[in-house]
Amino acid sequence: MSLQDFWDVFVLGVVLGSLYAVIAIGYTLVYGVLQLLNFAHSEVFMSGGFGGLIVLTVVVPAADPSGIQSAGYVLLGMLAGAALGGGVAYGLERVAYRPLRRRGAPRLVFLITAIGASFFIYNLAGKIFGRNASRMPSMYENKTLFTLFGAPINVTQALVVVSAVLMLILVDFVVNRTKLGSGIRAVAQDPEVASLMGVNIDKVVSRTFVLGGLMGGVAGFLYGTTTQVWYTMGFLPGITAFAAAVLGGIGNVRGAMLGGMVLGVVEAMTVEIWGDAWRYVGAFAVLVAVLMFRPTGILGERVARTA
Amino acid sequence: MSTVRDSKGRERVPSAASLRRVRWYQEARWKRLVALLVLAVVGAQVTGVQGTSTDIFYALGENFTGTGIWIWLALCVGVWVIREFLSEPVNRGWVASRDRVSQPVARVRGVWQADPRLRYGGGALLLVVLILLPLWLSTYWQQVMVDQIAIFVLLAIGLNVVIGWAGMLDLGFVAFFAIGAYSAAFWTGSLPVEPPVVLNTFLVIPIAIVTCLLAGVLLGAPTLRLRGDYLAIVTLGFHEIVYLAARNWTDFTGGSRGARMSERFVIDLGFWRFEWGLDPKPYYWLLLGFIVVIIFLFLRLEHSRVGRAWTAIREDEVAAASTGVNTVRMKLLAFAIGASTSGVAGVVYASKVAFISPENFVLLLSILVLAYVIFGGMGSIPGVLAGAALLIWLPEYLRDSVDPQDRFMYLGALLVVMMIYRPQGLLPSKRRQRELRLAEEKA
Repeated sequence: MSLQDFWDVFVLGVVLGSLYAVIAIGYTLVYGVLQLLNFAHSEVFMSGGFGGLIVLTVVVPAADPSGIQSAGYVLLGMLAGAALGGGVAYGLERVAYRPLRRRGAPRLVFLITAIGASFFIYNLAGKIFGRNASRMPSMYENKTLFTLFGAPINVTQALVVVSAVLMLILVDFVVNRTKLGSGIRAVAQDPEVASLMGVNIDKVVSRTFVLGGLMGGVAGFLYGTTTQVWYTMGFLPGITAFAAAVLGGIGNVRGAMLGGMVLGVVEAMTVEIWGDAWRYVGAFAVLVAVLMFRPTGILGERVARTA
Repeated sequence: MSTVRDSKGRERVPSAASLRRVRWYQEARWKRLVALLVLAVVGAQVTGVQGTSTDIFYALGENFTGTGIWIWLALCVGVWVIREFLSEPVNRGWVASRDRVSQPVARVRGVWQADPRLRYGGGALLLVVLILLPLWLSTYWQQVMVDQIAIFVLLAIGLNVVIGWAGMLDLGFVAFFAIGAYSAAFWTGSLPVEPPVVLNTFLVIPIAIVTCLLAGVLLGAPTLRLRGDYLAIVTLGFHEIVYLAARNWTDFTGGSRGARMSERFVIDLGFWRFEWGLDPKPYYWLLLGFIVVIIFLFLRLEHSRVGRAWTAIREDEVAAASTGVNTVRMKLLAFAIGASTSGVAGVVYASKVAFISPENFVLLLSILVLAYVIFGGMGSIPGVLAGAALLIWLPEYLRDSVDPQDRFMYLGALLVVMMIYRPQGLLPSKRRQRELRLAEEKA
């Protein structure tokens, strides 16, 4: 692999990795407050793709949009993706998790409701919107913007990376600097004490889901613009993002960002060297290798409780 | 404390009374109405027409204007009215009828539990019914009984050891199933690679057990110090690697084109020869035999020193280790035993369907087996049997009454509803039930 190939692949990896990072945040936030693997998060991601698709099917983008129009379409798609993603995440928490939380059910039971909810949501989406992939209407001319180390960067790639980085900064700010964020961190540390200190746990948990859902929804829209939108689109990115969250140390927001980037680059490299068929092997091999030496992930400190 | 502004725009701290006041729309009854209306809208979509990808609004439009949504709305509002305004008489009737049913049931249960001879008799009767069952079924259902129910019951029993008894979350269980199936294919000479000797399928079973045992130890040894969710993701990754190897290592596995099995189960005693052919019934009896033997062995194991060590590890690993349980060895053992059960299932499956391809071992199956175990009741063999049988039977049964593409949607909804109202599973083990109750009291 020449140096030029390396940079080309690296750029692809960063684009993919920034999407994984944004999705991984949804997993890690929820894990932080509930110690729950939210398996249905991949369906939140998928709903984001459909949210964007629905709005852009209603507001048919002009054939030859000006710069401002393009920006408007993209923003509209993102908002719609975020809205539907956040809505689905909120509904999930209310219907599938809150009743169990009230009963103090063991965590494996949460896992099964998560799996059940995931089956339900993606099959319902398949039923309503049809089971073939739909292409997102074109919102801009996908030309090469500039080259970085000789690797061409097109509009979509720039859009994905820039918006992902913005969202990551936003989440980091929310978690570390706002009242909701201190609530999230308090509940993650010790829910019982947090509630004694006047933190409304139900509210914090629900908003954590919505925050993760907003991010996941936008990521779904962005993923949909890079490929297509279909009802099982959440599955593989969801699993990889979940691996990314674990790699970084689940429950740790910055760890999830790092893990996402690492897995994105590793995946792109694997595809380049061994071919597309082995796509996910490299990522999981890295995951296993890292976990063998750091059983709580790269940045993780807390040891996860047993199942 | 948050502040509010009064009519003159001055900031003031809200009084306790105003904070405690509940607005009408915050009352539980209106929230329940909203929830039921949402349920009606979702329900109308669930039972409505199939959409198409060429016009994504087609199904939404049809379902919001059709009669279905009005039926759903009427039903849900009706439920709400009964719940809010007529709950007294309905509740009284419900309690009375529940007592009428539960008292005789409790009496029968008392008699049943008092006499072990009755239980053995019941078990024997059940076994006889199970042996005779395929004679009454159509060929289609016989195939379902073998290819799906019996095979997955075997898998679920194996996974139950790992997750129900030792308490380790394994999301890659079907990988061992695949290893078992591919070793069957290899040793019967059905893969592109020539084996050293071509064996009778029965002889492959111990080999597959050993292979899966080794694979289980190989995966388990480096990862068992991971806990809970970390273990889950590593096992999931292991599954993905095995699956991709089966699909891409074309020289060895035949890749995505799959492998056709050249040998079947044969008993050849010279004077008498029996071959398991296209008829599913002999396979059913063979599998039933395996299941009965394995259940017997596992029940012995559950109440042995090993089983108690697993329980100790599941309930508190640190405490178990400090009382002298060799946790690493016991966890490895659970992993290996689960894996080898899965291997047996793999051999029989490969031989029965006579054609294996990587698509028979996708990740979804691992997740489904996990769902069967937890749905039935972790750690309880009767529960696992019932859970697996019911959850496999249901989608097959629904095949005729709903659109086949929607079956997993109903399965998902069933899982959610079931777990909310009965988190301990269908037929939970006593110990698990107690653990759950303790957790609930703590919450």
